[in-house]
Amino acid sequence: MKRILSAAVAALTLLTAAACGDDGGKSEDRTLTVLAAASLTETFTALGKTFERAHPGVKVRFSFGGSSALAQQIVQGAPADVFAAASPATMKTVTDDGDASGAPQVFARNRLVIAVPKGAAKVHALKDLAAKGNKVVLCAEQVPCGAAAKTALAAAGLTVRPVSREQDVKAVLTKVRLGEADAGLVYRTDVGAAAGQVTGIDFPEAAQAINAYPIAALAKAPQLALARQFVAFVLSPAGQDALTRAGFEKP
Amino acid sequence: MTRRRDGNRGRAPLVLVLPALVGLAFLVLPLVGLLARAPWTTLGTRLAEPQVREALRLSLVTATLATALCVLFGVPLAWLLARVPFPGVRLARALVTVPLVLPPVVGGVALLLVLGRRGLVGRWLDDAFGVTLPFTTAGVVLAETFVAMPFLVISVEGALRAADRRYEEAAATLGAGRWTVFRRVTLPLVAPGIAAGAVLCWARALGEFGATITFAGNFPGRTQTMPLAVYLALENDPQAAIVLSLVLLAVSVAVLAALRRRWVSAP
Repeated sequence: MKRILSAAVAALTLLTAAACGDDGGKSEDRTLTVLAAASLTETFTALGKTFERAHPGVKVRFSFGGSSALAQQIVQGAPADVFAAASPATMKTVTDDGDASGAPQVFARNRLVIAVPKGAAKVHALKDLAAKGNKVVLCAEQVPCGAAAKTALAAAGLTVRPVSREQDVKAVLTKVRLGEADAGLVYRTDVGAAAGQVTGIDFPEAAQAINAYPIAALAKAPQLALARQFVAFVLSPAGQDALTRAGFEKP
Repeated sequence: MTRRRDGNRGRAPLVLVLPALVGLAFLVLPLVGLLARAPWTTLGTRLAEPQVREALRLSLVTATLATALCVLFGVPLAWLLARVPFPGVRLARALVTVPLVLPPVVGGVALLLVLGRRGLVGRWLDDAFGVTLPFTTAGVVLAETFVAMPFLVISVEGALRAADRRYEEAAATLGAGRWTVFRRVTLPLVAPGIAAGAVLCWARALGEFGATITFAGNFPGRTQTMPLAVYLALENDPQAAIVLSLVLLAVSVAVLAALRRRWVSAP
């Protein structure tokens, strides 16, 4: 009994210590929370590091995920400072609710490519996605990459029967990476991020489904000033350079 | 009300009652939240949508199949762990419970690496039989079985340990073989444990999300179970997600209540 009690006390102490950890530091330590589309994972992680170096005492925390899920989290009151979405539609969820501080600004554009496992030879062009026997994964239509895929496939006049509609673009990429799917539609930047494991194939219809990425500081941001600085940094030449290098297109 | 049977006199101590009530409230309040925010006026039309019926049907079918698989393999496994003192039994017992603590998404990835088209076993399945499991309903059943089986094994193993072994020994003395003993004595003895384990299993399988979406993907009518439908509905239509959650909630409460009364009667 005594042992159980002391273990419980130890666990409690640890818990409270962990809970206090966030504000237990020095007063100038600040944490900036950025919710960003899954396709921004690599670029924004790098940008966050640069931003931290330029602002000593600032920690940038990211939550990457499907833009629509993130937008819902913000509307439901998740504490966050910046939102970077993969489509104006998902950003609109946030602005309509009055959660953005100022008008969102487009900071990048992205286009779809066909991702195929390295060395695989089943899919060479967009029309192969419609071929029977090819396992294709797409994003769910609720998320921006799925909406873009729908537009691009419609522009090409193709009916594709995917085996799965994934919850975000990284999930599509994973299925292609593991070789479970013969092809998937992902952003060009995702193929860059998974270099060596997947090959990207460009297709002309992608031009008709280019995603604009808007970014906004959030109205209820605990670190509003810092949030605005981060947004400005993403829009600055340095931020734009990093985005272009990752394969994003200029806004 | 303060006087209970078998001499359990006096008030229940506050030290126990207060945390108990907090615990109860914590478990029940989220459900109340769901009910309070439900779009009751449009409930009928939303429920009539074919996607909801499809997801519900798929969930019920896969959870039931997964439970059947769990019983088929889990009961012998529990028997082995409880009755056969083989070397490494402790390790085996620990390994069996791993899926309980493993994040289901990790379980899904692990399943992909083993049973996927390029996985250790999956590659052979594909080459030899042309069978691929990811993105299929069978994949959903496997993912659910993976996360649910430990519940059954633990429950049945507990029942086996608690069962009076003298009945088995008596049967053996009377000349019954081990299989006969298992079938005619052990199984009836631990039937309540199996039933309880199966119910837990079924409930866990019904709510399975992470392993399913990772291993089997998400496609309406084929691999999109209720939890997946709820998650994706949440992306753009929270009201629909609430409706789906309510359906899932109602079904699971109804089934659990019915089964509890019938098989898992409290002593």
